Amino acid sequence: MATPATVHSHAPQGFIRKYIFSLDHKVIGLQYYFLALTAVFVGMFLSLLMRIHMIWPTANIPLVGEIKPETYLALLTMHGTIMVFFVLTTAPQGGFGNYVLPIQIGAPDMAFPVLNMLSFWTTFVGFIVILCAFFVQGGAPLHGWTGYPPLSAVPSAGPGEALGADLWITAIAIFCVASLMGALNFITTTLDLRAKGMTLMRMPLTVWSWFITAILGLLAFGVLLSAGILLLMDRNLGTSFYVPLVVINGQVMGHRGGSPLLWQHLFWFFGHPEVYIAILPGMGVASQILSTFSRKPIFGYRAMVYAMLAIGFFGFMVWGHHMFMSGMSPYSAFAFSILTMCIGVPSAIKTFNWLGTMWKGHIRFDSPMLYAIGFVSLFVSGGLSGPFLAQPVLDIPLHDTYFVVGHFHLIMGVAAIFGIFAATHYWFPKMFGRMMNEPLARIHFFITLAGTYAIFMPMHYLGMAGQTRRYSQFTEVAYQSKLLPLQTFMTYAAFVTIGAQFIFVINLFWSMFKGPKASDNPWDASTLEWTTATPPPHDNFGGKTPVVNNGPYEYGVPGAAKDFVMQTDPPTQPVH
Amino acid sequence: MGLALMLLIWLITLVSTYFFVAKTWWLPAGASAATGFIDQQFTFTFIILGIVFVAAQGLLGYIVWRYRQTPKSPPVSYSHGNTTLEIAWTTLTAILFIGLNLMGSRVWASQRFEPAESGAVQVEATGMQFAWYFRYPGPDGTYAKTKASLMDPSAGGEAAVGLDTSDPSAKDDVVTGTMYLPVNREVDLSLRSVDVIHDLFVPAMRFKQDAVPGLNIHMHFKPTQIGEYEIACAELCGLGHYKMHGMVHVVRQEDFDKWLAAREAEKQ
Repeated sequence: MATPATVHSHAPQGFIRKYIFSLDHKVIGLQYYFLALTAVFVGMFLSLLMRIHMIWPTANIPLVGEIKPETYLALLTMHGTIMVFFVLTTAPQGGFGNYVLPIQIGAPDMAFPVLNMLSFWTTFVGFIVILCAFFVQGGAPLHGWTGYPPLSAVPSAGPGEALGADLWITAIAIFCVASLMGALNFITTTLDLRAKGMTLMRMPLTVWSWFITAILGLLAFGVLLSAGILLLMDRNLGTSFYVPLVVINGQVMGHRGGSPLLWQHLFWFFGHPEVYIAILPGMGVASQILSTFSRKPIFGYRAMVYAMLAIGFFGFMVWGHHMFMSGMSPYSAFAFSILTMCIGVPSAIKTFNWLGTMWKGHIRFDSPMLYAIGFVSLFVSGGLSGPFLAQPVLDIPLHDTYFVVGHFHLIMGVAAIFGIFAATHYWFPKMFGRMMNEPLARIHFFITLAGTYAIFMPMHYLGMAGQTRRYSQFTEVAYQSKLLPLQTFMTYAAFVTIGAQFIFVINLFWSMFKGPKASDNPWDASTLEWTTATPPPHDNFGGKTPVVNNGPYEYGVPGAAKDFVMQTDPPTQPVH
Repeated sequence: MGLALMLLIWLITLVSTYFFVAKTWWLPAGASAATGFIDQQFTFTFIILGIVFVAAQGLLGYIVWRYRQTPKSPPVSYSHGNTTLEIAWTTLTAILFIGLNLMGSRVWASQRFEPAESGAVQVEATGMQFAWYFRYPGPDGTYAKTKASLMDPSAGGEAAVGLDTSDPSAKDDVVTGTMYLPVNREVDLSLRSVDVIHDLFVPAMRFKQDAVPGLNIHMHFKPTQIGEYEIACAELCGLGHYKMHGMVHVVRQEDFDKWLAAREAEKQ
């Protein structure tokens, strides 16, 4: 078995090497997690301001003041960018992937510990840079998280398009570099550092999901990085990659011959795989937890692996479905549309298999299981609006309406966040050696599940009725102003749901210090992280190297002494 | 816990489905030739996926309640899956999704791959921060040149789109802030933008298309009902995006002719 660099075979001494510039994947995983936790509260606060502004445009909000239309657009840009990059990419992959993947494959650390540390601190710098955009002259950019040029490429096109937009795209470029380093590390670790007996088809589905996500990241972030550098050049060096001859505020700009659609192709070539980067780890976590808490093997392990591979593969060929209305050739819409429908097939397979896993199981309703079941429900709801949007002809009424906003919030927003909640409650005992508070977790789960549906399901109704997204006010278009009561309802639902998130945070920090002590394997789970001490020692297995004899989800094995067989237990009968 | 979870999932499903089925909010009344096709495909997709939605959520709720762990639970069925089932639902889903797609494609093709009917009325829509202007080529059927250096959005009208008045065919070009269209006649629409990307969205016409600077995008549609219809911008274009509003007036052919003649007369 290969080992990572021997540079840190001994546990580091001193606070800075141990907790700040640590090379330990577990510390780095927690650093990613707490960065994402900070970012999610920033992003959530921005969405709260947006929801208030839509309903009470002249409200004087304490500390913030009155929100102007351009400020609303800055809020939505920053909300989207922070949530997609610094929460949905950071927590599931950087956080849990980092912490759990090496332990689940029986490795003492990631393959490149220094690169791992660099990757986190680069992400951190990116986060600081993007926050700075709020505080510069003109404020944060108003071009949305997709940043379509020429709006995003010409500083005079709107408030926030000057220095704020430079910081925005610089932060994204920095994030890309960090993610490329991370992806490389995950792929190498998975391929090279598996313990004896940990064949590919014995890897937990979480490991598969992080591995596939890393491959997607390696292929997608490079493209976004290049696209971002070209955008910076258009903005600052007078090049014309994305900007043709345009007249802004009566001024003829110096650009000639660029293509606004080029950015859209490059952006969505990254942007669509990014959706799967956000959700695949959630799928892995849901599979792991549904099997563990149903006390049954996962239904169709191989089908699950192939489905994730298929989703990753097709994920790179569907970016054009974001561009049906863009002026792209209408013929290409056929290809993108068919391929998009194809991606629905492996997604459906996963859902069937999750239901099949619970079928005739012994379902235990510990908090991780609640969130995993919530994940399945949200994944179904968010997924089924996909085949509407994937049809170019239905995209005519639905494109750029709230229908789209509802769709992607349910599936890549809330479902992915439920994956994070599930993972938090599941691995918390291993990470901190204590249990989370179950009653608080249940209250948080029920309010959040009902609340997110109350916010995001009505968006589909609004979208069908033609409510366009990214409008700071709905009063200027008569048919849209009629939809305001539903928007008001959603704002109240958002108040309740956002309020409930403090229950989660209180539970998290309270349990960290005051929760009851956890055993090494509180969930009776079978994968490798539950074979080691809680919390795991610096080298994960205390000098020993696990040897794997079984698949990852051997629950309810007939004739076994307990209702589960650990991966390191003596081999069970071959199963079919 | 299993019961509470089942009831919550079922309640969410019931309430969500109710508002879809009751059509409390739905596609706005359509007034173009494409409405029938699009709405039919929408309704069909909605019924199919609605059934899948209710079935999947219903089953999820049922399973979490039915298979909750109790002291009396029979042993779990130790199974790693069922290949026949996997193949069956993979095939079914593939047929369903790809079938839906192919049905809709016919409509897309008829709208986008063919040029406008002959005799279509020519209109050019130009988007700019934050207004739409509509140009009619006049009796000569030719749009005059426009020049970037002549564009003055604050002046509005002809100056906003940068009409080159030295071009002889500019004499009969009419530029307005409201789109007038004759009913039951196809519109050959050219879409342009002078600054950033905009999107001409007319919900009642089931029409939506980006206007992209540097491109002249040709589209066609046919209004079938007299009336006034709202235009909303559907691509984020800057701080005034929410108020980039416009109107389409669909009138009888003779009213359209009179209106256009009056604009020509004003110009002379």
